[in-house]
Amino acid sequence: MFKKILIANRGEIACRVIKTARRMGIATVAIYSDADRNALHVKMADEVIHVGPAPANQSYIVIDKVMTAITSTGAEAVHPGYGFLSENPKFAQALEAAGVAFIGPPVKAIEAMGDKITSKKLAQAAGVSTVPGYMGLITDAEEAVTISRQIGYPVMIKASAGGGGKGMRIAWTDEEAREGFQSSRNEAAASFGDDRIFIEKFVTQPRHIEIQLLADGHGNTLYLHERECSIQRRNQKVIEEAPSPFLDPATRKAMGEQACALAAAVGYTSAGTVEFIVDGQRNFYFLEMNTRLQVEHPVTELITGIDIVEQMIRVAAGEKLSFGQADVQLNGWAMESRLYAEDPYRNFLPSIGRLTRYRPPAEEKNLASAVRNDTGVFEGGEITMYYDPMIAKLCTWAPTRAEAIEGMRTALDAFEVEGIGHNLPFLSAVMDHPRFVDGAMTTAFISEEWPEGFQGVALPSGALRRVAAATAAMHRVTEIRRARISGRMDNHERKVGTDWIVSLQGQTFPVSIKADRAGADIRFEDAEVVRVTSDWTPGSPLARLFVGGVPLILKVAKATSGFRIRTRGADLRVHIRTPRQAELAALMPVKLPPDTSKFLLCPMPGLVVRINVAEGDEVQEGQALCTVEAMKMENILRAERKAVVRKLNAAAGASLKVDDIIMEFE
Amino acid sequence: MKDILQELESRRETARLGGGAARVAAQHGKGKLTARERIELLLDEGSFEEFDMFVAHRCTDFGMEQQRPAGDGVVTGWGTVNGRMVYVFSQDFTVFGGSLSETHAQKICKIMDMAMQNGTPIIGINDSGGARIQEGVASLAGYAEVFQRNIMASGVVPQISLVMGPCAGGAVYSPAMTDFIFMVKDTSYMFVTGPDVVKTVTNEVVTAEELGGATTHTRKSSVADAAFENDVETLAETRRLIDFLPLSNREKPPVRPFFDDVSRVEPSLDTLIPANAHTPYDMKELILKLADEADFFEIQAEFAKNILTGFIRLEGSTVGVVANQPTVLAGCLDIDASRKAARFVRFCDAFEIPLLTLVDVPGFLPGTAQEYGGVIKHGAKLLFAYGEATVPKVTVITRKAYGGAYDVMSSKHLRGDFNYAWPTAEIAVMGAKGAVEILYRSELGDPARIAERTRDYEARFANPFVAAEKGFIDEVIQPSLTRRRVCRAFASLRGKKQQNPWKKHDNIPL
Repeated sequence: MFKKILIANRGEIACRVIKTARRMGIATVAIYSDADRNALHVKMADEVIHVGPAPANQSYIVIDKVMTAITSTGAEAVHPGYGFLSENPKFAQALEAAGVAFIGPPVKAIEAMGDKITSKKLAQAAGVSTVPGYMGLITDAEEAVTISRQIGYPVMIKASAGGGGKGMRIAWTDEEAREGFQSSRNEAAASFGDDRIFIEKFVTQPRHIEIQLLADGHGNTLYLHERECSIQRRNQKVIEEAPSPFLDPATRKAMGEQACALAAAVGYTSAGTVEFIVDGQRNFYFLEMNTRLQVEHPVTELITGIDIVEQMIRVAAGEKLSFGQADVQLNGWAMESRLYAEDPYRNFLPSIGRLTRYRPPAEEKNLASAVRNDTGVFEGGEITMYYDPMIAKLCTWAPTRAEAIEGMRTALDAFEVEGIGHNLPFLSAVMDHPRFVDGAMTTAFISEEWPEGFQGVALPSGALRRVAAATAAMHRVTEIRRARISGRMDNHERKVGTDWIVSLQGQTFPVSIKADRAGADIRFEDAEVVRVTSDWTPGSPLARLFVGGVPLILKVAKATSGFRIRTRGADLRVHIRTPRQAELAALMPVKLPPDTSKFLLCPMPGLVVRINVAEGDEVQEGQALCTVEAMKMENILRAERKAVVRKLNAAAGASLKVDDIIMEFE
Repeated sequence: MKDILQELESRRETARLGGGAARVAAQHGKGKLTARERIELLLDEGSFEEFDMFVAHRCTDFGMEQQRPAGDGVVTGWGTVNGRMVYVFSQDFTVFGGSLSETHAQKICKIMDMAMQNGTPIIGINDSGGARIQEGVASLAGYAEVFQRNIMASGVVPQISLVMGPCAGGAVYSPAMTDFIFMVKDTSYMFVTGPDVVKTVTNEVVTAEELGGATTHTRKSSVADAAFENDVETLAETRRLIDFLPLSNREKPPVRPFFDDVSRVEPSLDTLIPANAHTPYDMKELILKLADEADFFEIQAEFAKNILTGFIRLEGSTVGVVANQPTVLAGCLDIDASRKAARFVRFCDAFEIPLLTLVDVPGFLPGTAQEYGGVIKHGAKLLFAYGEATVPKVTVITRKAYGGAYDVMSSKHLRGDFNYAWPTAEIAVMGAKGAVEILYRSELGDPARIAERTRDYEARFANPFVAAEKGFIDEVIQPSLTRRRVCRAFASLRGKKQQNPWKKHDNIPL
């Protein structure tokens, strides 16, 4: 076994590999760029080597620099993680030449699978199901119909040179195939000056399901079942699970065996993934093979109990797999939510900055449930613009899918992230979405369910009532604490009352509180009584409560006469008032949001260093508009809302006073 | 007996109606509460004890004798806020537009005198059209009587003004002399002369809101300390402020039960200071992580944002915080920041509220605007305020403490009790670049040499150790342990007694 390995990566995956290596008694070497001096993987590794400036193309993916790090530390093997150099055959070759083991597949397999056409041909040859289609040129409409019939409807008629939906038609009948061919060809000729057309099977209700493989150098290739990754946003996976709620054992076995056949055909070793697209009738077609560890591998680990990274290291060291296909379990259900530093309310715009608070839920593992969080960041760390915006992978496991989802909801509620925009509310929204709960998703799930983008979650009335009960009890405790301040008039202290009006999300709940030592009974107007117990104390940012015996986790922030509460993807302003206070508050005018300014004003005297936009540009909320230097500090001014730049009034180099107009919006 | 009781009740009923149902409806229509409703929200439920409910004016000119409403346009009395006593007056806009008469002023003066005698805060709710013209000079005399009491009460009991409607002309000077002014957005304004007079005299056209609304006074003039969305929110936040303040200068600041760990370690503070000295960071994060339960009541949040002022609690007890804010103007001191912080420091000193100063200051803002504006004397206000303050003073230098601004920001030399520095602190006469350009003027033509000199200077002086060697810094502390260190420092200072030499009063550079 290796004594020392180098991890040619950063972030959560570097940390994850280090954990396994450490458990195996293998020393670890981390590499880092200027931007990662204080990164978590650097803190965790036994040795660290600096490899250059922040941009990855000047550090992490410069093969020479990584090779120097390997030779200088005497690492015997390299784990590439995912991304960066993980599927770069030149890197694998360089390692081979240097006599260093690559913890990944052979160079040939990387090369073969790296090319879309080659891999598809190899897959076909290995008997793997591929999307049926006709790659040759089609001369007329009748030939198009014949071919379409051979493939089987529905089919997609596509221009060879096509893109952006132009020259593309879907046909369900002969007639549509005939028409589609004509119009596609005309459009293609007009748009691209190239009227070549081909036809392939149109996959309806597509789902992305992939098979995890593990192969050793002794001829053993196993499949570790599937993962479903259909919850995607613009081809970026957001939520994955294992197994898929859609596959039956027969399909699973067929997919697994075909994937193994492909791996065997290319002499594959190490961990790899064969991606399939699966239609509504469980027909599956090969998409591509990823010759590396996948981001979402933890869900497979959770249902099989196999540490994939450990197996990769063992295989790279020449060991034989110690178990066979029959030993690979499929135990329970695992979910993974990817936490991205992207603001869901601002069209998922990447968000950078300091993590002023980062408290993931506690990891746990027992017979009934597990929580796992693979992370590469820490509280007080910096999210930079240089790397992937994914900052953590939160996984839950439970015997059933419903329990795994419920575990994920709870874990997301307890996950505290402040300082940057992030997609936690969106992840919660998916976990509560009926279509997701039913397992009825396709790769179009997000675009179909949130066509206008994500605007936040409105809690259903039952959940709202629970939050009302919880916050009423919390407010009472807060007010009692306030009334225990020093300097009170003896015998004339404030008596905190029992009747409160809770208002949130446009609804009002009059409640009456009867408290005892252990908790509080919250009585609603309709005489329903809800018991609230909790060890929450005023000022604590996370409240774990039992409301009517059911757990509820709230993120809590102070606000005038109440709280700001975040739970289940909702962001609520909760007012808790006495009946008289509520009566008077009702007299207050409802104010419209302040007049949205059409100008970007200079907030301080300073020098314009950069203008990042041009006249006519559409800018998103939060987008950097310009940089103003004041007192030698660079201050980035951002768009407060989506707008179009009408006019630029200042250029780089201009010296500005406070409130000078930098640009105007339409 | 029964008849007398009935008469009392009916007289009370009439008094409580103020200007009558129609005027109350009009007041509500403007989004404003009535004088009595405001008192209800300010005080603990049922705790209000009214004075002078039946006082009526004595004016006989202009037919005023025909209408003599009970109370005369102001409701006065006392009550409790979370069980602690305060005196309050609340002007009633529904009665003669809340205008101030001789008797109206007398009612206010009565509760101010009581507050002084009993050592409790005075909360004034202002909603008045101004002087009662019918009373002429008697009304002006009334104002001056109130002013004189504001002056005498200053530094003895906390005075808070809530401007919840018009407050114009001479009337503004009573709030102006109190400790804190809160305004209500869109429904309150303050000015010495209104838009009509401005137009007549200067031909300047301006709305009341632009001239003296909440935005103007919180952002531009700094007359107001905070502004809130409506009456209800303003009164709730006033209660929150009162929870931070002692009842008088005879009492210690209040303490209340707290649910936070005195020794709480914040590992994230070890990475608060960016690697690049030119990169700003948010000082508010440090304040929130030091404070009990991340509770910070900011004063003048919208003005001179390059310095932060406000109240936190440590171990349940109030502490005033002054902190340079690197995200605005690099946290430098200028005229506005110095004035803002100086006033805050003097308030804390007057009421025995310990001071925590967080320093990251590159110096004073240069420029003609500053010099012509008198930055010398304004900067001196802050220096003066810190130097004369005898309350416990704990200072933490997080990064830059350059030049005269280092001295000003509660340095050891100004009788600082605990002066801590983070390892990232740079206590120096100026930044390395500037210093080298002066010290090695003859080598300026040789960039390589200058770069070397700069590195040498940074290595030698851009750290806290030169100051620590001289004892100007008591200890270099680990950022993550700052809360514990600061809490223990203040705990050790609970018995602090320090006195300035007797004087009639000082002569701070106003």
